[in-house]
Amino acid sequence: MREITFSEALGEAMYEEMTRNPTIFTYGEDIAKQGGIFGAYKPLLGKFSDRIIDTPISEEVIFGSALGAALAGMRPVAEFHFADFIFTGMTAVTNQIMKIRYMTGGQAKLPLVLRGPDGISKSAAAQHSESIETIFMHVPGIKVIIPSTPYDMKGLFKTALRSDDPVICFEHKLLYKMKGPVPEEEYYIPFGVADVKRKGKDVTVVTTSRMVHESLKAAEVLLKEDIDVEVIDLRTLIPLDKKTVIDSVKKTHHLVVAHETWRKGGWGAEVASVVQEEAFDYLDAPILRVGARNVHIPFSPPLQDFVVPDHKDVEKAVKKVLGEV
Amino acid sequence: MDYSKEFLQGLYRTMVRSRAFDSKAEELFLEGKLPGFIHLYIGEEAIATGVMANLRKDDYITSTHRGHGHMIAKGADMKKMMAELYGKITGYCRGKGGSMHIADLSIGVLGANGEVAGGLPIASGAGMAIKLKKTDQVVVAFFGDGASNRGAFHEALNWCSVYKLPVIFVNENNQFASTERVQETTSVQNISDRAVSYSIPGVTIDGNDVSAVYETVKSAVERARNGGGPTLIEAKTYRIKGHFVGDPTLYRGKKEVQEYWKREPIGRFEKKLKEMGMLTDKEKENIKNEAEKEVEEAVKFSEDSPFPEPVSALQDLFVDDTGYGY
Ligand SMILES: Cc1ncc(C[n+]2csc(CCOP(=O)(O)OP(=O)(O)O)c2C)c(N)n1
Repeated sequence: MREITFSEALGEAMYEEMTRNPTIFTYGEDIAKQGGIFGAYKPLLGKFSDRIIDTPISEEVIFGSALGAALAGMRPVAEFHFADFIFTGMTAVTNQIMKIRYMTGGQAKLPLVLRGPDGISKSAAAQHSESIETIFMHVPGIKVIIPSTPYDMKGLFKTALRSDDPVICFEHKLLYKMKGPVPEEEYYIPFGVADVKRKGKDVTVVTTSRMVHESLKAAEVLLKEDIDVEVIDLRTLIPLDKKTVIDSVKKTHHLVVAHETWRKGGWGAEVASVVQEEAFDYLDAPILRVGARNVHIPFSPPLQDFVVPDHKDVEKAVKKVLGEV
Repeated sequence: MDYSKEFLQGLYRTMVRSRAFDSKAEELFLEGKLPGFIHLYIGEEAIATGVMANLRKDDYITSTHRGHGHMIAKGADMKKMMAELYGKITGYCRGKGGSMHIADLSIGVLGANGEVAGGLPIASGAGMAIKLKKTDQVVVAFFGDGASNRGAFHEALNWCSVYKLPVIFVNENNQFASTERVQETTSVQNISDRAVSYSIPGVTIDGNDVSAVYETVKSAVERARNGGGPTLIEAKTYRIKGHFVGDPTLYRGKKEVQEYWKREPIGRFEKKLKEMGMLTDKEKENIKNEAEKEVEEAVKFSEDSPFPEPVSALQDLFVDDTGYGY
């Protein structure tokens, strides 16, 4: 199969759906000239120039206007530039987009997508490095997709572009250049279907985004010690595929949740709660969580490495859950 | 301008030091020696210099992501700045902040900011504190043209006008917000026009003319110190370097940039001082050499300094540092 980058996968998803659906348009800061700060929209530039719009630095209006445009019959895809800056327009998301259908008794349909980069990069420091997906899982009213491979990026995003509900998509900065197999033929990935990225029998690791790759790396290392790890990529947090997780736990009896966002109160805590509520009897050990330490992402490389989890943290947690340390 | 040679050369020296620092930062970044992102102040030095020449040490400023020049003009220590760019323990923020978050509260710098327009509400609060404490300090809030399209800008102007706070809003209109030209995203010809909506004085000046900046800010500061409230000053300049070091700048032509190099503030002021008989070639060389030496010393200091201990990442969340970072 041909290989393309994560960023190209996003570009293709947009290209195909924009070709099909003239109501899709996209806007945000720095997208119309260079196709976004990570260049994902480059393939769209010549073709849909009237449907790719550079906006002022006005986040509350970027998000709020997506709601207005969706109510008025369009299908906006608004970019948030850096996940950290969603907060500058947060009220438009949590107080408007996520509530209006419910508050109006189901009258409104909101075919809109918010998307952009999150996570660490090479020392971008505290205001350009956050992973904040948990917040959108906590507050009801938006579907949360968080792909880890080019294949998932394209398939999930195409589904997002056909969804009649609001969707937020988090794309990890360190994944944009990653290559992976993506078929030429059209495909869609339904929401709420986790992907078992690696089958294993000893411990289940539930993860997303960049940490999928760190968990796979950990699984490789642990295999040498005869520990067989199953890596589950949730792919979407809302809806959450409980069944795949619980089925896996029934088999492995050990669970580790791993994400880049803060360990304290991260979405892994929710997954852990669900599992202990619904599959407690299958667990042989307490569930362990891997996540960032309880501080902000610091600038200096040795500090960032210390705060943000990687495969070594997953390895440690897997061994600990098995009682091996 | 009827000023002493010492004063005028002081302005010149500040601009030259700022340029030397950023030129070195650019070079070091391109050599792969600095982590993160660097936004250069090259070509905008006249603004920070002209503004800060009106401020006292106990006056406050809020800076931006493009803030090295603000720091230097306010009196920051280049060694600690450079060490922060390197991510070393001897840096201003002990390696936690980097270029975009340098601050020195001891000289009134209330922080650079990674969030566009993030400093304006902070400046408004410092203004409230001054009013409540009944001192005659002032606050200068620096922000870009792009920042003037955020709600925070509009809310802060209205706020400071209503409470008559001693805040001077200094807009550095370098004509670009990353890849976007100011006129593509901004409803007014001059950002100072926006002052009208908030019933405060608004003025546009040539931001590459350090004397014009100095004079304009002088009267705004005087008014603010005397309870006259805020002013919006738009200093028009041009970002002759990329948005960040490494920016391919596909959104503009080389010719345009070359044209603006001819108008950059240091060469202009140098010419003016020479015409006035206020700067000899020898003095000029001395100032440049001293600045370069200062920067070299800062680089050496930084390279000789250690990285922070990883566990130090867990400190500094609260004053009460008893286990909140883990
Ligand atoms: C609230 C917010 N939105 C977006 C960004 C990303 N960003 C960083 S700098 C920048 C452009 C800023 O332009 P301007 O205010 O004119 O300052 P300049 O870079 O020209 O000095 C943008 C969009 C940000 N840092 N903060």
